[in-house]
Amino acid sequence: MSDTLTPVLTANWGTDKSWTLKAYRAAGGYAAVGKALKQTPAEVTGIVKDSGLRGRGGAGFPTGMKWSFVPQDNPNPKYLVVNADESEPGTCKDIPLLLASPHTLIEGMIISAYAINCHTAFVYIRGEVLHVHRRMQQAVAEAYAAGLLGADILGSGYDLDIIVHAGAGAYICGEETALLDSLEGMRGQPRLRPPFPAVAGLYASPTVINNVESIASVPAIINNGAAWFAGMGTEKSNGMTIYSLSGHVARPGQIEAPMGITLRQLLELTGGVREGHKLKFWTPGGSSTPILTAEHLDVPLDYEGMAGAGTMLGTKALQIFDETTSVVRTTLRWNEFYKHESCGKCTPCREGTWWLVQLLRDFEAGRAVEGDIEKLLDMCDNIGGRSFCALADGAVACVTSAVRYFRSEFEAGYTTPAWELFPYERSALFPVRTKQLVTSGEGADA
Amino acid sequence: MSVQTKAEQTPVPVETITVTIDGIEIEVPKGTLAIRAAEMIGIAIPRFCDHPLLDPAGMCRQCLVEVPDMGNGRGMPKPQTSCTMECAPGMKINTQLTSPVAEKAQRGMLEFLLINHPLDCPICDKGGECPLQNQSLANGDGESRYEGVKRTFPKPVPISAQILLDRERCIMCARCTRFSEQISGDPFIALVERGALQQVGQYAKKPYDSYFSGNVVQICPVGALTSTSYRFVSRPFDLVSTDSTCEHCAGGCQLRVDTRHGVVRRRLAGDAPQVNEEWNCDKGRFAFVSARGEDRLTQPLIREDGELRVASWREAIDAAVAGLAAAGSSVGVLVGGRTPMEDAYGYAKFARAVLGTNNVDFRSRPIGAGEAEFLATRVAGRTVADGVTYGELEAARRVFLVCFEPEDESPLIFLRLRKAVRKKGLQVTAVAPYLSTGSRKLNATLVATLPGTEADAVAGLELGAGDVVLVGERAALAAGTLAAVADSGARFAWIPRRAGDRGAIEAGCLPGLLPGGRPVADATARVDVGAHWGVDSLPGADGLDAVAMLAAAASGQLDALVIGGVELADFADAPAARDAVEKAGFVVSLENRISEVTERADVVFPVAVIEERSGTFLDWEHRPGRVNTVVDLPRAPMTDLRVLAALADALGRPLGVRMASQALAELTELGAWDRPATAKTAAAKQRRAAKAQFPKGERVRLATWRELLDAGRGQDNEAALAATARKPVARVGTELAASLGATDGDLVTVAGPGGSRALPVVVCPEMVGATVWVPTNAPGLSLGDLRVVHGDEVALRLGGGE
Repeated sequence: MSDTLTPVLTANWGTDKSWTLKAYRAAGGYAAVGKALKQTPAEVTGIVKDSGLRGRGGAGFPTGMKWSFVPQDNPNPKYLVVNADESEPGTCKDIPLLLASPHTLIEGMIISAYAINCHTAFVYIRGEVLHVHRRMQQAVAEAYAAGLLGADILGSGYDLDIIVHAGAGAYICGEETALLDSLEGMRGQPRLRPPFPAVAGLYASPTVINNVESIASVPAIINNGAAWFAGMGTEKSNGMTIYSLSGHVARPGQIEAPMGITLRQLLELTGGVREGHKLKFWTPGGSSTPILTAEHLDVPLDYEGMAGAGTMLGTKALQIFDETTSVVRTTLRWNEFYKHESCGKCTPCREGTWWLVQLLRDFEAGRAVEGDIEKLLDMCDNIGGRSFCALADGAVACVTSAVRYFRSEFEAGYTTPAWELFPYERSALFPVRTKQLVTSGEGADA
Repeated sequence: MSVQTKAEQTPVPVETITVTIDGIEIEVPKGTLAIRAAEMIGIAIPRFCDHPLLDPAGMCRQCLVEVPDMGNGRGMPKPQTSCTMECAPGMKINTQLTSPVAEKAQRGMLEFLLINHPLDCPICDKGGECPLQNQSLANGDGESRYEGVKRTFPKPVPISAQILLDRERCIMCARCTRFSEQISGDPFIALVERGALQQVGQYAKKPYDSYFSGNVVQICPVGALTSTSYRFVSRPFDLVSTDSTCEHCAGGCQLRVDTRHGVVRRRLAGDAPQVNEEWNCDKGRFAFVSARGEDRLTQPLIREDGELRVASWREAIDAAVAGLAAAGSSVGVLVGGRTPMEDAYGYAKFARAVLGTNNVDFRSRPIGAGEAEFLATRVAGRTVADGVTYGELEAARRVFLVCFEPEDESPLIFLRLRKAVRKKGLQVTAVAPYLSTGSRKLNATLVATLPGTEADAVAGLELGAGDVVLVGERAALAAGTLAAVADSGARFAWIPRRAGDRGAIEAGCLPGLLPGGRPVADATARVDVGAHWGVDSLPGADGLDAVAMLAAAASGQLDALVIGGVELADFADAPAARDAVEKAGFVVSLENRISEVTERADVVFPVAVIEERSGTFLDWEHRPGRVNTVVDLPRAPMTDLRVLAALADALGRPLGVRMASQALAELTELGAWDRPATAKTAAAKQRRAAKAQFPKGERVRLATWRELLDAGRGQDNEAALAATARKPVARVGTELAASLGATDGDLVTVAGPGGSRALPVVVCPEMVGATVWVPTNAPGLSLGDLRVVHGDEVALRLGGGE
């Protein structure tokens, strides 16, 4: 089945000290920069547009089109900001990419910044991953030393500075406008739109914000051409992408494959669900995307396929859960995350996640009462699509989809604790003491 | 005055669009927010974070509406916040009245807002006037489905001496933090933490000492912010509200004054879009208890064997009349800034028609040469229609501040300027010794000017017809400055400090001016006024100004003084003023509290304080603001006017008016003088002969103004307000500090002919030359006692002690 793999971004991950400039160059790195800088910015944007590359951060907005929204007649500086605040539960693609091959991103940033006439670009890295921050800083320093950054890059007359910035540990800062506030030194909370970042983003100047994987895909597109990229994947979801598999899977990790691969294929590549168990439910793109079940094993993992199944491709973070898992407890754990990460700006998210967690704890402990499922769904209806940004939409997506596919498990919460129906040690991948797990499900946290 | 077209008089055609709200078509100006458009047709969409004077936030999500058509035939997939959504042509909006989706979204939002809100309405100050309470009733469910744990916090947290925060009541609308940042420019509070633990927080080392902090209490849609002065004082539904006008400065703020059991319990900013919009300053809001001390005068007093004793009204009137009759027209009448225009008119008429003298002056403060003439020719007799207004300030391109510090001296001008700077690109230039905190918040450009030489600075500004100059009353102390402003070609406004000053000019409380700006020197004007008043003739001789009257009384040239609303410490030479009143042959005082004047008077009449009476204040724009009787007592205290009328009756020359309404009617009937001012403008144009000598050695130039919160007697008895005042300091430039050997916090001594005071120094890098700035009237520091005014030389040395 190895022909379904399309290693491009991950091709050099296995080489010796793949993160160094030397190793990256040895693998053909930085060839695309020279090629791109010989073309006009508009031509570069055109190639990316033609390739059909869509945002890899979750929303899937066409990258080239995003670049073309930057008003070039605006007298303010243009900025490129790379969103490396990878915090979505289950998502693990940007961080490995930056660890293994930071120069792929830097090369992509040089080309992308050139395409939008930007001379100062930023990488906003999730605060918790200090090792990635250091590696990125080291790589940027190497690139400066080699004349790949700074003034007159490769004698082209084009100047670019890259600033590596660490976040302070807030999921909300992955939301692009909250990221901008955080980058400006303020508290990260989403901004009112309009104005959109393309018009007034960082420091009220035109700004393009792209995911790490989107920008890292650009050098390969320049090297191999738009047609090469568009030749991979499905009709409207072009190219290769990194899927990350985690949970009850034999060999978790990152798989780079064309858009539209199915979970069944991915499970074949990773040894399947763990020995002796079968698939119960899974997320296609992190916890913010509605869950799917075994009946969706053959749905193409692309933007359209997932939308057709009532969910979203998201970050292509496939969390696999087998039949030992309590969907009630999983939903609760996700919502504890959203409650903790809600920025507090808007009412439905701030108050709604606070309430959802308490109600889901009742379900977990078997304390829920008749009618609580309807209450839960009604609350989700009052939160979803009512909040300032999409964080709360993610928080309710797992709840409504869990009730849709596993209503009886929630009904069981009227009488029976989840840990009795699904003893937690059975779903754990490492030895645990049951007592701890049970008590952790009790009581309210502050 | 040359006539120029005012920006606001030119109607700008407004581009309109048509939208449909709940099936009703309405035409609105382009850019109108949906929530405002709905208001126009009487549809109230519930809201918390929305405030018409703050930037849209969209945080509370309460105002969600359904948009089936954005105007392009396509609908919005999700409900939209009507407080952030601008109307688009052809847009269709369905509110809770017609859309089940919007209705449910709003109902759900209220349920969420209440899950962590304590239901302590019965003990909450806001209960009864609470937007959360009201909208829960109107748009929410009767019962909550929440059975979980409510978030709690220790309470209350004082964020300043004046403002208390109950965090568990807060619904995170951010009105307070946005007000602080956007309106007043004092972002000392901000939202901190996240999720349900998000809360209003403050910088640990700095309390929320803003001059405008009380506004956040007023705009808080729940009871999360309360003031120490009103907390647990009354239920809103037990209050009786009366509209009035603030008496603390010439800003003209409209107020809502709330009383219970005949006592003022709180004051709120009134809704006056043309004047204070919906804001006011903390002095206007909290300083209303000054007359509640033991020093309130309630009975007439007369001096007997050197001591004041309580007397009956008849006894006191007889005593006053005896003294005044003996003095004839050798009397001086001094009237201070607390008096509404009607009372000022009473004093002016009493002096001219009853006593037969032109010795009447409202300027119980330092008086400058040429000031009377400037007031007579450039200020008196004008109306709102031909003067600079708040609205014109907002529309102006450039505003210049000359001897005027808006944040301290007229805070609502400061807010209006800041609004224009922030929203309309107004450029502010301050002709001042240094860039003050207020000027910084206005992004002002500094024209660093040695105190006393402002005239030269104004001459160098190259002003044009599109510019506006705001000139403060202390400009009179810098020779030629008023004339320089008047001749600059720019539109200008004179900003007096006190509420009664503008009305006093119109009422005729200047020695050379009769009511309506009529020059005493003009015989026709005297005949005109005399005919109105029914007197044969009015005195034509030059009257004395306030300082000259005091000097004349001290030397025996004047036999008696009639004084109302005057604080002797306000004069340039306070010891001399005290001495003059002490030595004066006979002194009648009309006052509401014991003062340095009443202590030296022969007869004292108690008069009403502001909430016990009605009247009119003219603000700096010349706009009349109505003062209404807030506390209607069965035996209402006498007004100054009523006492003067009684004295006039007893003197046998009736005043003709005894009630404020009569005085106002008579003054209105008199109208403004419609002939050109005949004053000797040539004299006013004289500049000082030589440029001010640059001070040498330790003698430095004094810059000063009154800070908003200081030792003013109107702020007495309100300790929490006083605690938010700025600490008195002496500001000097870097070079002067170095030559003194002083660094921040060191004590320096400022000395004038009358004495000296020690203050901690603050080094101000942009302070002009050899200049020291100190506040005019800080607690324990009255510059009148030092016998110095703005622009004088003072001696400055390192260290405290005498």
